[in-house]
Amino acid sequence: MRAPVLRLAWTMLALLALLVANLQFQQLGRSAELADEPGNRRALIQRFATQRGPIVLGDEAAARSVRTDGASEFDYLRTYPLDTRAAHVLGWSSTVVGTAGVERAYDERLTAGSNEVLAANLAELFGQQDAVGDTVRLTLEPEVQAAAERALGDRTGAVVVLDPRTGEVLAHASSPAYDPAPLADHDRGAALDAWNAYRTDPGQPLLDRAISELYPPGSAFKLVVAAAALEDGLSPGTAFPDDPQFRPSVGQPIGNFGDGTCDGGGTIEFARALAVSCNTVFARLGVELGEDALMEQAQRFGFMRQIPYELTPAVSRFPSNLDDAQLAQAGIGQFDVRATVMQMAVVAAAIANDGVLLRPHVVRDVRDPTAALLDGPEDGPWRADGFAAEAVSSRTATQLQDMMVDAVERGTGTRAAIPGVRVGGKTGTAQDPSDDSDTAWFVGFADDVAAIAVVLPDAGGGTGGSEAAPVARAVLEAAVLARS
Amino acid sequence: MTATSPPLRAAPRARGDERRLLLLAGGIALLAAGLLDAAGPGPGQPWPVAFGPVLVMLAGAAIAQRVVVHLAPSADPVLLPVAVLLNGLGLVLIRRVDIATGTDLVAAQTIWTVAGLAVFVVTLAVVRDHRSLTRLSYSFGLLTLVLLALPLLPVLGQEVNGARLWVDVGPFRVQPGEAAKLTLVIFLAGYLERTRGMLSIATHRLGPLLVPSPRHLAPLGTAVGICLLVLVLQKDLGSSLLLFGVVVAMLYVATGRVAYPLLGAGVFALGAALAYRLFGHLRVRVASWIDPWADPDGAGFQLAQVAYALANGGVTGTGLGLGRPQDIPFAATDAIFAVAGEELGLVGATALLLCFALLVTRGYRIALSARDEVGTLLAVGLTTILALQSLVIVGGLTRVVPLTGITLPLVSYGGSSLLANYALLALLLRVDHARAER
Repeated sequence: MRAPVLRLAWTMLALLALLVANLQFQQLGRSAELADEPGNRRALIQRFATQRGPIVLGDEAAARSVRTDGASEFDYLRTYPLDTRAAHVLGWSSTVVGTAGVERAYDERLTAGSNEVLAANLAELFGQQDAVGDTVRLTLEPEVQAAAERALGDRTGAVVVLDPRTGEVLAHASSPAYDPAPLADHDRGAALDAWNAYRTDPGQPLLDRAISELYPPGSAFKLVVAAAALEDGLSPGTAFPDDPQFRPSVGQPIGNFGDGTCDGGGTIEFARALAVSCNTVFARLGVELGEDALMEQAQRFGFMRQIPYELTPAVSRFPSNLDDAQLAQAGIGQFDVRATVMQMAVVAAAIANDGVLLRPHVVRDVRDPTAALLDGPEDGPWRADGFAAEAVSSRTATQLQDMMVDAVERGTGTRAAIPGVRVGGKTGTAQDPSDDSDTAWFVGFADDVAAIAVVLPDAGGGTGGSEAAPVARAVLEAAVLARS
Repeated sequence: MTATSPPLRAAPRARGDERRLLLLAGGIALLAAGLLDAAGPGPGQPWPVAFGPVLVMLAGAAIAQRVVVHLAPSADPVLLPVAVLLNGLGLVLIRRVDIATGTDLVAAQTIWTVAGLAVFVVTLAVVRDHRSLTRLSYSFGLLTLVLLALPLLPVLGQEVNGARLWVDVGPFRVQPGEAAKLTLVIFLAGYLERTRGMLSIATHRLGPLLVPSPRHLAPLGTAVGICLLVLVLQKDLGSSLLLFGVVVAMLYVATGRVAYPLLGAGVFALGAALAYRLFGHLRVRVASWIDPWADPDGAGFQLAQVAYALANGGVTGTGLGLGRPQDIPFAATDAIFAVAGEELGLVGATALLLCFALLVTRGYRIALSARDEVGTLLAVGLTTILALQSLVIVGGLTRVVPLTGITLPLVSYGGSSLLANYALLALLLRVDHARAER
């Protein structure tokens, strides 16, 4: 019986050896892949076992983590003490629905242990305290952000305010907003309920209308066309025929708002045409400048390029392969021209900053728990994709500023005027082919303190001048008060 | 002193080795308990809570070792220490699961451990010669059938988690199937010793096959058939596989004919295919074995959680007390190997498997050097139980084979299993001691 026993023994031992070999694969071969499985709670538990760093708005923590002290299987709960304030910038850090906004963009920094000093880790090891994540401070100006949210009120829309001198984002508001707190609820059912409620809400509160939605810019795009024209050698005094209609070589004629002439007939100066938003002049300019010049100027302002903002805006676009009818439409910001509110704020900021594009940024700095500086802002001139930081020459920028001031003092943007402050701007009222409601815009600046873009996509029968300009005025007032 | 006095027999060196190995095993188990306590539910735990179970076990093991010195002095010195190491680590891991899930299984397991060591001692004391058991082989055959059928009885039998394996005896809930494994091996050893000559000669023609006389095959076939039928009725396919494997292994060793394992594999494949068609729960098991992530919140939940735990363990593990056994279903029983894999890592899990390899190697070594054929058959059967059981459960958890709910011998929570395994070890020692007494 010796041989069968030996064979049996070797078989069993070989099978055990096979198990050991397979165990290598089970324990070492698939760790990364399995750690990310949604059913695997380990990574999540680990994530919420350390104190995530706060996100600071002004002097207040807009997002901070508090100990649950055993009330939940997670050690720390993410709270948002300011409710819906700056919700689209903050985003959320949830145990159920992931992360968004700055919470996502700066996740590694906010998560404890990314840059811990050895001493802190040792302290944690000996049970002194949990590791603490880094602090992210925002550039948002609390008064300006509050003014933007207040001015939007219950209306659908968005406001972006930049400091033209630095590129700091002073306000980034989208309405309707959401409260991130219920999404951060540790109770899976509660968090999912909140998530589903937000997602099925017809107002789409989760949509960041400041950066994620593309709108037809309408007459606000005339700033880009005017810039191209001035760069091409026109002057603000150049005279155009003031006709009630412009007839491109093909397609439908283009009329003015209200179907008359812009300035009583005869001729109209270029500056005046911008101030009163004269469609026939800009339709003509669109055709005369041509697709290449318009496209180049649009790109120099940032269209067709990824704006280097921490929260990654959608890419604004200018169409290609246009015939004359489409060029005329594009000249007044219609046809397939689409822009984010952030893009239009960047246009205004470049003009207010004498033509130089600065990188818009919402994070002022990142500091470790001892307040030592880890990262400064991602600022500086925006040079990329083969384009210089100069969107227009400083001469063109100055001319545009004057023309925009004119538009606010004597043109379509009078309701944005602030006594004693040099406010310039351009209104826009775009017909959105997909619905009856017009999209109202105001794009402008107050001194060199603030550049602003306002969009109200559901302005009904209102215009940029009647709807968006007052919003801009309220926000710019707050900015002037806070920043000068 | 006169010449008539019996020569003083030097205490075999084996027992000294055994004592030292026991100290080593106890030290490792105590170290593990201490590590768990350090990472565990916080300070303020009185030391008996942390170390009590292991210390009680070690006290019991010390007594058991004294009994071995007297009753089986020449027996293998490795089996008891390895069993104590596995049992001790099991106690620590069960306490680990207790801490994570708020249960208190370790108290019961400590009592079962003492009972198991008592069974070990009683078995050594009562069974002075393994032939005294195998002479009663037909009685053990009958006993096997009774034990297997007990849970099917009304009132007495209890169904837990979909399998009808339990019997309530007073305050205790026991699994008679665990004892049936041993009685089956005793029956087969005695039966095969008597009939192995006949079974290895093919005298009859069955279609194209030459088979031994039906007169000799019939009792064997009947017994095996009834065993499997009962187990299938109880929906315990893990144990059916185990018992079937033991029968085939013993037949092969008794006859030396490869035809038996081949035939066994064929019958098993047929039976598995049939069972797959007949039982919905088996089809679900197979589906979740092939891809747990097809239904990770339902049928595949346990295997997916086990996979996460093992992957989280890596080479050195999270450390005792730092994994997440609360996420693993049946962490203290079926899936205890996954808890070890997560917290002790590949190193610790491999060490556990090596402990089983050691037990199995020593077991077959005892079979090879046994005094008589019945001893060889007994040792082969007992060792094959240990080997197959650890292969089936660890293979199931690591997705080599479909997962079936059986215990990891000596480690998993479960009284019946612990008692049976200590009895098994005692029988192995008894066979081995007989070798030297010849």
